[in-house]
Amino acid sequence: MKVTPLSIAAATTVAITFVRAIFFTPLEATQGPAQKILYLHAPAAWVAFLAFGLVGLASVLYLWLREDRLDRIAESSAEVGLMFTTVVLVTGPLWGKPVWGTWWTWDARLTLTLFLWFIYLAYVVLRGAVDDRSMRARYSAVLGILGALLIPFIHLSVYLFRTLHPQPILMKPGAPSLPGEMLATLLLAFGSFTLLYVALLRARYRYAVERDDAHPTEAYVA
Amino acid sequence: MRDLLRDSWLIARKDLAIEFRTRSAFLSAIVFALLGIVIFYFAWDPTAVTTVDLAPGVLWVVFTFSGLLGLHRSFGVEQPDRAIDGLLAAPIARESIYLGKALANLIFVIGVQAVAIPAVALFYNLPVGPVLLPLSAIALLAAIGLVSVGTLFSAMAVNTRLAELLLPMLSLPFFVPIVIPAAQATAKLMSGRPVGDALPWLKLLLAFDIVFAVACMLAYPFTIEE
Repeated sequence: MKVTPLSIAAATTVAITFVRAIFFTPLEATQGPAQKILYLHAPAAWVAFLAFGLVGLASVLYLWLREDRLDRIAESSAEVGLMFTTVVLVTGPLWGKPVWGTWWTWDARLTLTLFLWFIYLAYVVLRGAVDDRSMRARYSAVLGILGALLIPFIHLSVYLFRTLHPQPILMKPGAPSLPGEMLATLLLAFGSFTLLYVALLRARYRYAVERDDAHPTEAYVA
Repeated sequence: MRDLLRDSWLIARKDLAIEFRTRSAFLSAIVFALLGIVIFYFAWDPTAVTTVDLAPGVLWVVFTFSGLLGLHRSFGVEQPDRAIDGLLAAPIARESIYLGKALANLIFVIGVQAVAIPAVALFYNLPVGPVLLPLSAIALLAAIGLVSVGTLFSAMAVNTRLAELLLPMLSLPFFVPIVIPAAQATAKLMSGRPVGDALPWLKLLLAFDIVFAVACMLAYPFTIEE
């Protein structure tokens, strides 16, 4: 990854966020230090959804305008989004175990995130399995759009599934109203993670451009 | 519109004729479904879980996987000698290729259901008689959803390096909003609850069918441009 002012800014703000989160934000009364993972978990989830939103948007625009740039944006955003979704899925159980008493629960949001991860994993695998560039762009755009259409259905079905069953009392999430200092750290985290996302997206996009320039017509092996 | 339906029916008939003469995919899907139903029975302790609780899940999981067998063949049969080029060169709308393939798959999948549902009723000792009509409605709605998405992904998967390995990876996340409502609605019916209790699930299935049948038919022409 090339060092650019953007990547430096992203790395610095993320570092500031974590220093602030660990040393300058008060401990949560009941959860203790475990709650600190919020400042990694929540912004990563926000970036994951943002990234996949962009994949859907770039896919629609690609099928309409047939701009190679849009395909590269979708490709880059899907990979970066997949990485952030992995962060969400790893930090979630780590936080869930001490606080809820279980690594995993089939709650609507958890299940949705898991399936989001599966869909975009398939997206990345599909891209790697098609040699022809134009075909790859069209196929992945179709999957990107259908994936975006699928999300409300998965959400609705797992939501219905959940609400038709009694909920464990232990796993009830606490009131989300955060005290001012914690909220400030969280907002900072959202900002810095978004910046990190943009920086990674740009770096990944630049890689895609260089790869396509190096192999203008022939297939590449991912 | 009438041309579209007529051409689709032609293509569906072609696929069904191939399948009827070779019977390769249908037989393997049926055997797969029966084996799945039998194996699942032994995966649980029958004294701890009653078969009424077990059966809906088994039915829909087995049905989904055996459907995949047929779906892969759908465009797989067009691969040798690049037979798909013949279809593409035909003076018909691209949508009718998709619709015809989907129609043939739908009949295939309904055929599998027609064996799998009685088999589950038999092996799991279920009283399906009184709920046969609503159960068939669920089965039809689920089959339509399964086939709309699966046909499109079959068209895409055959052209990739991974071929049939990619189809489950692409399709299964999309089958989740089919399997959950279908299994839940079936469970409601089997436990003797009124049809009204299953209605929210049926609505979800119907919505899925409408959205994805339309979206996949519109998306199909993008996957075959040359």
